[in-house]
Amino acid sequence: MNLSAYIYLATLLFALGALVVLLRRNTIIVFMGVELMLNACNLALITFARMHGTLDGQVYALFVMVVAAAEVVVGLAIIMSIYRARRSASVDDANLLKL
Amino acid sequence: MFTAPEIDYLALLPLIVVFAGGLIGCLLEGFLKRSVRVSAQLWLTIGTLVIALVTLVWVARDNQGITAAGAVTIDGPTLMLQGLLLVLSILGVLVMSERLGGTTPDAFTQSGVSVPGSAEEADAVRLGGTTTEIYPLALLAVGGMMLFPAANDLLLMFIALEVLSLPLYILSGLARRRRLLSQEAALKYFLLGAFSSAFFLFGAVLLYGFAGSMRLDVIAEAIGTETGLDGLLIPGILLVATGLLFKIGAVPFHSWTPDVYQGAPTPVTGFMAACTKVAAFGAMLRVFYVGVEAARLDWQPILAAVAAITMVIGAVVSIVQTDIKRILAYSSIAHAGFILTGLLALEQVGASSTMFYLAAYGFMTVPAFALVALVRSAGSEATHVNQWAGLSRRAPWMAAAFSFLLLAFAGIPLTSGFTGKFAVFAAAIANDYAWLAVIGVLASAVTAYIYFKLIVLLYFGESRTDTVVVTPSALTTFAVVCGVLVTLGLGVAPAPVLDLAANAAQFLR
Repeated sequence: MNLSAYIYLATLLFALGALVVLLRRNTIIVFMGVELMLNACNLALITFARMHGTLDGQVYALFVMVVAAAEVVVGLAIIMSIYRARRSASVDDANLLKL
Repeated sequence: MFTAPEIDYLALLPLIVVFAGGLIGCLLEGFLKRSVRVSAQLWLTIGTLVIALVTLVWVARDNQGITAAGAVTIDGPTLMLQGLLLVLSILGVLVMSERLGGTTPDAFTQSGVSVPGSAEEADAVRLGGTTTEIYPLALLAVGGMMLFPAANDLLLMFIALEVLSLPLYILSGLARRRRLLSQEAALKYFLLGAFSSAFFLFGAVLLYGFAGSMRLDVIAEAIGTETGLDGLLIPGILLVATGLLFKIGAVPFHSWTPDVYQGAPTPVTGFMAACTKVAAFGAMLRVFYVGVEAARLDWQPILAAVAAITMVIGAVVSIVQTDIKRILAYSSIAHAGFILTGLLALEQVGASSTMFYLAAYGFMTVPAFALVALVRSAGSEATHVNQWAGLSRRAPWMAAAFSFLLLAFAGIPLTSGFTGKFAVFAAAIANDYAWLAVIGVLASAVTAYIYFKLIVLLYFGESRTDTVVVTPSALTTFAVVCGVLVTLGLGVAPAPVLDLAANAAQFLR
């Protein structure tokens, strides 16, 4: 099968993730959009690794997974503390900081 | 066949010292008694930063080179920016430790996890003596910032970006007063930061697809040769640029800046504003000067447009702001535009003027935010401009220092702001960006208007009785005096630092 199809799929997933971030209102879902974007990067990485015939891309993907996990830890902690203070996980409710 | 990479530990010593200090700080957090934790952590943090600075000057400087399998470059720009970061973060940590007569750092909550206004929070306040997690977090952030401009590999750059960002997200959410605002700032910073770093990563992946490696020198070699995937180059560069422009707060990726600057604890804002900018511009210099310089015709016009609208929006929108921290935030956006103007020159003078401006901006910003934290009303910070009216009569020294820093922000001669602006605009004019310099001068004039209005308000406004200026301890005083002296020094006698920046501006490729 043509490898470039995986690149198109990764780009599509990345765009979907970006749309989720821009359109959804629940912080958890927004955060899932970001994770989808990172995983789209992983898919593209291992496809390019196959195309170039080197292992670099696969190793890069492992690093990205670790970073994504670290991001989840910090992100969920922040989202949880906001949720407990306000009983709401909507990004629209976080509107105290305005001009 | 796997071969172990050569790692020049001496060149990386400053980084290793900072990260080790951060990890020891995490351990102390678990083992030390509450009563000794604050002073122990403060000494550890300052000690670590000073040792790192000493190793940078005495050890790493003599061990320059590309190391760690080509992932890290220790060269002139890296060393200059790392040194600048260390000095600025020493001042930043001193300001963070300001207690204002209490027993714990004043700007930070006793318990970041507790719900604002809950019994749990009251318990934490009664027990007291905590808030020390800010020190290891700050150290780890400084470590990431020092790695960011040194990274010669886009993957390492992405990791450094996350290492510097994650602690800052947490630090922004730890304000003692107005905690809901602070948590909201942390949430916005986190979501938008994660979003932009995903763009950075996708750009890096596309460049990997293009060149077969994320190393900047390999990418630089691949530009101009037929790789079969040449269509990936320009989207890759633009996506990487998106992630970097977000970190420096350039328009159109600036919307987080005013909110986060306003909501975060004021000392953290000063630290973050100064140090993140230094680190991100360092990384930008490396990507654009070492990595993709050969494709300049494709990205330079876009970056020039970004610089132009950044200066204009930053300057114009600051006029309608009524909050001091937001005014400083929009000023930081405008300054990002000015620095981009220097960066666009794309030769040695561009790198040196950018680094000089970063030094000038850093030494104005940390003390400016330190002074903002001293103006109080009913126990919390008074950041509305009307609350600052007539402050000079009650706090002449504070008003004088703040006015001087505002003059430096505006770029008045005899301050570092003037020298910095002169350097970047001269670099731009010498490289066919005269129109950008003209926009820059006009934008400076607009920002000067808002700063002068503020100074007039400080000196001639109707004095308000509910606003007080608290007397700072030696920590803040030292940081402010240092910042003001450097700002004055770089304005009156800039030659040594200009020479230092010029000598350090040669990238290793």
